[in-house]
Amino acid sequence: MLIAVLAGLIVSILFIPFGKFFRQRAAIAVSLLPISLFLYFLSYIPAVRSGSSVSFHYPWVPSMGINLDFHLDGLALLFSLLITGIGSLVFLYASSYLKGHPYLDRFYAYLSLFMASMLGLVLSDNILLLFIFWELTSISSFFLIGFNNDDPASRKSALIALAVTGGGGLLLMAGLILMGHLSGSYSIQEMADNAERLKNHALYGLILVLVFAGAFTKSAQFPFHFWLPGAMKAPTPISAYLHSATMVKAGVYLLARFSPVLGGSDYWQYTLLIVGGITMLYSAFHSIFRTDLKGILAYSTIAALGILVFLIGIGTPESLVAASVFILVHALYKASLFLTTGIIDHKTGTRDVTQLAGLRHVMLPLAIGGLLAALSSAGLPLTFGFIGKDLIYEATLHSPGLLRFVLTAVAVLTNIFLLYAGFLAGIKPFTGSLPQQFKGIHLPNGLLWIPPVLLSLLGVLFGCFPAWIGEVLLHPAAQSMTRLTTAAPLKIWHGFNLVLLLSGATLILGTLLYWVRKPSEQRLSALTRFNMLSPEELFRRLYRSLIRLSVWYTNTLHNGYLRVYLLRIVVFAILLLAFRLFTADGIVIDLGTVSPVSIYEIVVGAILVGGLYLSVTTSSRLTAVAATSVVGYCICLMFVFYSAPDLAMTQFTIDTLTVVLFVLVLFRLPPFLNFANNSVKIRDGIIATLFGCIISLIGLLVLSEPIRTEVSNYYGDNAYVLAKGKNVVNVILVDFRGIDTMFEIVVLSIAAIGVYSLLKLRLRATEKE
Amino acid sequence: MKSTILKTATSYLLPILLLFSVFILLRGHYHPGGGFVGGLIASIAFVLHGFTYGTENTLKLMRYHPAVLIPAGLALATLSMFAPVLLGLPVMTGLWIDEPIPVIGMVGSALFFDLGVYLVVIGVVLTILFTITQYNE
Repeated sequence: MLIAVLAGLIVSILFIPFGKFFRQRAAIAVSLLPISLFLYFLSYIPAVRSGSSVSFHYPWVPSMGINLDFHLDGLALLFSLLITGIGSLVFLYASSYLKGHPYLDRFYAYLSLFMASMLGLVLSDNILLLFIFWELTSISSFFLIGFNNDDPASRKSALIALAVTGGGGLLLMAGLILMGHLSGSYSIQEMADNAERLKNHALYGLILVLVFAGAFTKSAQFPFHFWLPGAMKAPTPISAYLHSATMVKAGVYLLARFSPVLGGSDYWQYTLLIVGGITMLYSAFHSIFRTDLKGILAYSTIAALGILVFLIGIGTPESLVAASVFILVHALYKASLFLTTGIIDHKTGTRDVTQLAGLRHVMLPLAIGGLLAALSSAGLPLTFGFIGKDLIYEATLHSPGLLRFVLTAVAVLTNIFLLYAGFLAGIKPFTGSLPQQFKGIHLPNGLLWIPPVLLSLLGVLFGCFPAWIGEVLLHPAAQSMTRLTTAAPLKIWHGFNLVLLLSGATLILGTLLYWVRKPSEQRLSALTRFNMLSPEELFRRLYRSLIRLSVWYTNTLHNGYLRVYLLRIVVFAILLLAFRLFTADGIVIDLGTVSPVSIYEIVVGAILVGGLYLSVTTSSRLTAVAATSVVGYCICLMFVFYSAPDLAMTQFTIDTLTVVLFVLVLFRLPPFLNFANNSVKIRDGIIATLFGCIISLIGLLVLSEPIRTEVSNYYGDNAYVLAKGKNVVNVILVDFRGIDTMFEIVVLSIAAIGVYSLLKLRLRATEKE
Repeated sequence: MKSTILKTATSYLLPILLLFSVFILLRGHYHPGGGFVGGLIASIAFVLHGFTYGTENTLKLMRYHPAVLIPAGLALATLSMFAPVLLGLPVMTGLWIDEPIPVIGMVGSALFFDLGVYLVVIGVVLTILFTITQYNE
């Protein structure tokens, strides 16, 4: 299982050395990765079918509660199969769609990275692990949206998507840590077992807010939905895969996964109902105004995500079954429509629905695929969409009280708009008479047209045999969200009842709408007049004011004068320390513990003061540097007196190198001029003296504290026993706290690279002139 | 600088200081010293050479740019960190050869880690200083 999750990561790393090879010959071979994973996950169907689950445990950082715990239950399997199944088709499709693209290797690397992180996300049982994969999906999505990186609009969309989902991710992290901390376990299984503890906790509300923030931003719920239409700047296979079938459902997945842990309360239910309801209605309404095919699909995707959130909000067993059915329904027809759109875009060069028509004459198989997908989205009987829609209506109708009417009305209205959007994307481009300019179009090669048609056919197949797919995959998925044991099998025919009536009404009204209303630019521009009120515009304003704030902040606080920085830092430290000292209970300094002063120390002290005086009063930079280094060497001597040879050696060499560095920099400086007048000097003197006094005071206070020796004793006792070293300082550096050292040398390296690139880059700029 | 004394002294000091830095590095596990100080001393040796003969000549003497030492050192330290994993032990477990090797003394994964630190420090210090010097020239 570990290999299965990490395979994508490994493959994506392999693209660094072998990218060129893959780009030129073996692009299609990469598809073996998702295909084999798909088959691997298929083999788990018997194990999960009965509602049971499979767990995998690999220790990683057990001391911090982070383990590679994977848990494969119905929900995880449903998502894994979607990720690898649709992934296989998208990999194949893209090998032809982006054939010859100069960055094809990069594309596949990002795509494999995404697939691995998405698999990790749905399989993790440990919430911290889940969070790591969650962030990885945001990052790979950022790269894929900005894949056409020479297009500014693409880069901007990628940045907005990252800002929104990354911001949500931060809040989610806070929520997850809080959950783990309060429940005492980071395992979702264990949390679900004692869910009452979390639900009754005073901080339950806060946890909900944080988790919702993560889920809603990721799954593009109102008012965070605006990043998703922007994400359509990505190549179409990406839109199909990430921004419709899988990644955007991560938020839905999170809500589904946490349903047994956090769900069931009124807060949970009403928030999800309201947010999901607004999202589905708002974006379904918006989708019918779009004229860009991908725009239509983007808004209808948001609406579908809204429906899912809404269904999880209802929270009854049958609504959760409806949710798991709809996840599959939507993934199948929406991915198919996206891939179809990609072909249309590729062949005709336009995605404008008002111009596209009659393509069935030249691309018949694709037209059939589009038709079937549109019908599934409409919910015609014998398509899988019909089952999905029936279950949604059933779930809303069985909700308690007056709520039933509101929810059902919202669901029906949304479905009417969605039907319109589906027809617009799947049927409109293929009907009517073929315009002259499209006459020369031919059916593309099989790698392009087979995947969408296959997905549409699957929609019909599942629609004809709902009971089978329900039992195999969808009921186990619903069982992971709620602890129900039995569920009625999925059926095509429920008899004449209210649900069927509503279904029929949706079909008739939606089809009427499609006949009567034609998409046009005027309507779209009428809608854009209200843009200033949209959340996207508010976000832009927030973004701009943030930039203004940081410009102002940088100009006032970071004005580029080192002396001003130093002054501010020191004054701030003085205020902070003085405040702490004077609010303390009382300062006791016990001079009895201080060792007697020896003659060496007096001599060194005198030299130190002399060096200090010289460095302040001299009018030559070189003298000042030399005098400062005298001060440094005197301090080294002090270390030697107090038996800290390691420290002294290091300080000594560092001081030497600092002087060298100073001298090198001094070459560049203009001749020494004294800018400071007397009042400035006095001010600086007072501040420096104050700072010195406070630091000395603190030093003395530290000495008066009772000495704790546990830590130093531990290192002293164990340095030789555990690490075979007699020099404790060095043993701590290379063994006990070796990871600290590792990071320190990494930081040093970054500093060196920084200096090198800053100066070298500037050199090049001057060379140009 | 055109001082004959400095030139003569430097040509002797460079190997001696380098040897001394290795000595400091090796003794680190038992006596004051270690990779960090050793690296600093070695860099001082090269900086001294650079002062006397000019940075260009020092770079020629080193054959490779000191920046190459940074990834080499990082890789060595990382490898010594993860070497125990190959034996099924947790990351950074100290591995030691039982008998001391003549001259070098006890050899273990911590020594290689320290050697990595040593290389990184030389690389970082020299890269920074030489870049600034060349910028000035």
